[in-house]
Amino acid sequence: MTETPDLEKNPTVARIRAWRPGAIAELISFRGELTLVVPREHLRPLAEFLRGESDLAFTFLSDVTGVDRFPIEPRFELNYHLLSISRRDSLRLRVRLPGESPVIESVVPVWPTANWHEREIFDLFGMRFEGHPDLRRMLMPDDWEGFPLRKDYPVEGPR
Amino acid sequence: MTIVQTATGPAKTMVLNMGPQHPSTHGVLRVLLELDGETVVKADVDIGYLHTGIEKTAEALTYSQTITITDRMDYLAPLSNNLVYCLAVEKLLGLEVPKRAQYIRVLLTELTRIGSHLVWLGTHAIDLGAMSVFLYCFREREQLLSIFEMVSGQRMMTSYFRIGGLALEPPAGWMDRVAKVVQTFPSRFDEYEDLLTKNRIWQARTQGVGLLTASDAIAMGVSGPSLRGSGVDYDVRKYFPYSSYDEFDFQVPVRTEGDCYARYLCRVAEMRESLKIVRQAMEKIPPEGPIKADAPGIVAPQREKMKIEMEALIYHFKIYTEGFAPPPGEVYQRIESPRGELGCFIASDGSPKPYRMRIRAPSFVNLQALQKMVEGRLIADVIASIGTLDIVLGEIDR
Repeated sequence: MTETPDLEKNPTVARIRAWRPGAIAELISFRGELTLVVPREHLRPLAEFLRGESDLAFTFLSDVTGVDRFPIEPRFELNYHLLSISRRDSLRLRVRLPGESPVIESVVPVWPTANWHEREIFDLFGMRFEGHPDLRRMLMPDDWEGFPLRKDYPVEGPR
Repeated sequence: MTIVQTATGPAKTMVLNMGPQHPSTHGVLRVLLELDGETVVKADVDIGYLHTGIEKTAEALTYSQTITITDRMDYLAPLSNNLVYCLAVEKLLGLEVPKRAQYIRVLLTELTRIGSHLVWLGTHAIDLGAMSVFLYCFREREQLLSIFEMVSGQRMMTSYFRIGGLALEPPAGWMDRVAKVVQTFPSRFDEYEDLLTKNRIWQARTQGVGLLTASDAIAMGVSGPSLRGSGVDYDVRKYFPYSSYDEFDFQVPVRTEGDCYARYLCRVAEMRESLKIVRQAMEKIPPEGPIKADAPGIVAPQREKMKIEMEALIYHFKIYTEGFAPPPGEVYQRIESPRGELGCFIASDGSPKPYRMRIRAPSFVNLQALQKMVEGRLIADVIASIGTLDIVLGEIDR
């Protein structure tokens, strides 16, 4: 799980490095899956870059999901699972967000499918997405208090 | 409420509540339809009525215990759910499953696909007024469920795939039952097609209805037959083969029309392709051989071994009391479920319980496309569009 020079040779990584060297904070390879850790402010431009460039063509966003690392800081993690149908390639982007301000720019304008994923993460983790068209509760009732998938939320429910 | 222009001047739209108790929503789905006469202006989908917190529950169970709650998500394809979870944990552990178990998994998940498509076809047809197809489909599905019952002891909540292989050796004579299915089902599929494919009412209700272009479908993250009906041949079995799918010879049916009729044709063709895979799997499965990986401490030892070997007894005790601890890390495993790309993301922190288990439910993502499909269409087309997406609310709400 450490940075190795081989990962730098990955064509996608090389393309991003050439475009904006600061967009990748860390490279992780585990069980053959490549993860790019991206600083919060770079996510949206990087998303546009990965989707828009014809030789990368990550047009399909499979999934967006959150992880709560409570009590470790930065507490929250977002994982974006990208897929390029034309190149048969997949990639994971990871953004780490601090516990006191879990806010990030929405990727809905890049991949419209992120709409419901981001709503669900807002609903269950309480992370907020700036520029999301319709950020409402999704699975839980509108007047629900608390965010069930946070680690400081008990499995049995609120007391 | 918005003001729309009509032939007789400006008028207010009406909001119609559809569901959550409505036979055509295939479960407890609520759609708020904003209508201009009979035309849909906006469709706001409200979900969450079946939310049971499966992802949260998984964090409190060990890796083996979690298998039983995966069945309860997509209850029409429990074996696909078992498979994606087991494959994800095996990927996390770096565990190789014996070929025999892999082929049996392929055979059973393909039967699951047929069973799930039969429910879809039956309910979609009854929604649009073709009653008899429903009865035929459920008659055939019963044969498949009896095979699952024979193999796992359960018709629906199978939990038959385990981490590292299968739960049990399949019983003697199960192959004969599968052989009977392979033999009789093609003519059954012909029967359904006789009733529907050239039926003028069926064509009128589905052709040109629920249109979805390829670029819209990709942008909305639609996968499975709903995407292939729009001309994109993305099938996880071909793109990212798992469980030895690369050794099987089958076609991926694709249509370019992007309407309900195209998706109907795709799914029916897919059932025939699944039978082809089942037939090949029957030849490939060796009569004898291991069904579990040789991984002490992860896969439970055989009963006989426990009676003569001290270590086996200790492993058995440890697996069922404290579980096993995979290395820290994250994996994402995708498979082709009957509804599309079913994904399982597991984050491990090195403890015996999943730190985070996430299911990327294809129905959840596909349902997002509903708004696009029904905008500006008649209210009757909403029924056809919900049916054609083949949603399962258990999986959407988790």
